[in-house]
Amino acid sequence: MTVAITAGLLVFGAVYLMMKREMLRVILGFILLGHAGNIVLMAAGGTSRRDLPYGSPEDLSTIADPLPQAFVLTAIVIAFSITIVMLVLAVTGNDDDDTAAAAKEVQE
Amino acid sequence: MSAALLPLFVAVPLMMAALLVIVGDRRVVHAVGLLGTMITAVGAAVLLILEFRSGGAIAHGISSWPFGIAIPFVADMFTALMLVVTGLLTIVCSWFAIASGRAANVYFAPLVLVLTAGVNGALLTADLFNLFVFIEVMLLPSYGLFVLAARHKGTLQQVAGARLYVTLNLLTSTVFLIGVGFIYGTAGTVNMGELAGLAKTDPTVAISGAVCLFALAIKASVVPVHGWLAAAYPATSPAITALFSGLHTKVAIYGIYRMYAVVFDGDSRWLWIGVTLFCLTMVIGVLGAVGEKTTRSILAFHMISQIGYILLGVALFTLAGLTAGIFYLLHHMIVKASLFLSTGAVEVRYGTGEIGKLSGIAKREPVIAVAFFIAALSLAGLPPFSGFVAKFTLILASVKAGQIAAVVVMLLVSLVTLLSMLKIWNGVFWGDSKSSEKVSTSNADDDAPATSPADGNLPEASPTGTAAAAASTSGRKQSVAEPASAAQSSGGVATKEAPTASATRADPETKASSATTVAERPRIGMALAGPAVFTAAITLGLGLGAELLLGLSATAAEGLLDTTAYVQAVMGS
Repeated sequence: MTVAITAGLLVFGAVYLMMKREMLRVILGFILLGHAGNIVLMAAGGTSRRDLPYGSPEDLSTIADPLPQAFVLTAIVIAFSITIVMLVLAVTGNDDDDTAAAAKEVQE
Repeated sequence: MSAALLPLFVAVPLMMAALLVIVGDRRVVHAVGLLGTMITAVGAAVLLILEFRSGGAIAHGISSWPFGIAIPFVADMFTALMLVVTGLLTIVCSWFAIASGRAANVYFAPLVLVLTAGVNGALLTADLFNLFVFIEVMLLPSYGLFVLAARHKGTLQQVAGARLYVTLNLLTSTVFLIGVGFIYGTAGTVNMGELAGLAKTDPTVAISGAVCLFALAIKASVVPVHGWLAAAYPATSPAITALFSGLHTKVAIYGIYRMYAVVFDGDSRWLWIGVTLFCLTMVIGVLGAVGEKTTRSILAFHMISQIGYILLGVALFTLAGLTAGIFYLLHHMIVKASLFLSTGAVEVRYGTGEIGKLSGIAKREPVIAVAFFIAALSLAGLPPFSGFVAKFTLILASVKAGQIAAVVVMLLVSLVTLLSMLKIWNGVFWGDSKSSEKVSTSNADDDAPATSPADGNLPEASPTGTAAAAASTSGRKQSVAEPASAAQSSGGVATKEAPTASATRADPETKASSATTVAERPRIGMALAGPAVFTAAITLGLGLGAELLLGLSATAAEGLLDTTAYVQAVMGS
């Protein structure tokens, strides 16, 4: 239940940030959304079993499912690299950033 | 061909990409490495087609891990056909990029090779999470290629296009990832073999699968999630637009076909959703094209419309429907690339793709005009080209499946498609070449590289193009006489080109030639026209010899209708 609520809150924050008209906030929204996705993946493996999934475990019914953890690890790396690409794009051509135009007008 | 060789479709391009980066800036080595790898891959895929002539599938668990741990790679007829056509498109688009000087960057060939590895992997894998990974492997080099097209002088449109493209794809991938998480949570596996038919019996798996299908539909740009495509695709260079149009959306379509066939087992309860959405896609795509003013954005909107046709095949889910859908998919990839490449060749050489700024190209460039004409008629669905066969079989299949409304929509949309193609034809190729003064726009110099070996015979093209560009952006003839004001007024649009423009303007000789006429510009060489002509020839060949490809598509469709061979191959890997 906690996991579901956490994922829901993260998606809520992500959607809120993505509605903003500024690239940087959109990127922050994507970071939150990525975390929500990771939590969903973790939840898919079940959160009740928490023993070490490697070595030679005695009781197979209590060890954690390693597959979702591998998924999450992969997903984190991918999301991280794309976030960097997006940050670069946010910085490039800063003056002609049409997504940030509205924010500038507010400041002035 | 042994199943154990399947991973080489991914491994070889990746290794080659690494090698080419190590080799460094040697253009010939890069061209040979890129084209050599691609031709080998296409050859191997043709061998696969020969193997699957009578159906069947082969699979291999990576690294020979036992089933359940290994990531399975599967190939059947559908995969093999897709491998051949995506490979061919990559070759043709790389050829065009090299000819138009876009491949001059040292990272071009490696990025295209990584892109190929991602596409091949996404087509071959039978593991949903691995599909996500390969789609990312396909997208990351695409971001690179997208930005590479701007080459240190990205215009506002290009930066905005790249932003939209990256953002949209990350959002889609995250949605897909969450869908895969749900599938793992409900079904306990992400292996296509074990998932087979589960969505038909278990509604929770069906909902999770629907999340994945939704994500793939965004990538395929199905209405109502189509808006990104027409905004993002025209923002990069013509070669890259053609390449992306042939690969990215089509991989998503392949994913939809495969997933619906295997995981949903062609569940007939949801087909009406598909028929409705895909008919809407056809109509809205073609209507969107009416309001567009540049060739590439018209073509991008037509792509959306055509995606409706392609996916209608899976929404019918009969043997005839799937056959027609697969045939349409293959035909469309070739024809769309041909259109993008022929208009791209004009855009590269004449600096603009805007309707009304060019005319009478047909007189100067009969070869490219004929190539465009063939591809345009094929897209609209006139005989004897492949588009006719594709549409005809699809309409027959719809009639047989009782979807009369879909047939009416298809016919009407075809008419509007033809009108749009005529709009490009009239605006760019037909008429007198008298309105030559308005030829260039601000991206003229962007597309006329002096570095390319193919363009070596036109050292003057770049500076005159820039001067003419500034003249046309300022829009008035009197401003040509006043360099300062002209440069100032053009500065707003062509931000970084402005200094160059005013510099060349100071030179009296270039000022005189700023009213460059079409006649003074060099013609499109055979190297640049070749890709478009080649693909146009393929569509003619596919139209005249449709029997062969239809037979192969039917075999592929049987493999989707009855997934036993596919599932058994996965389970036995």
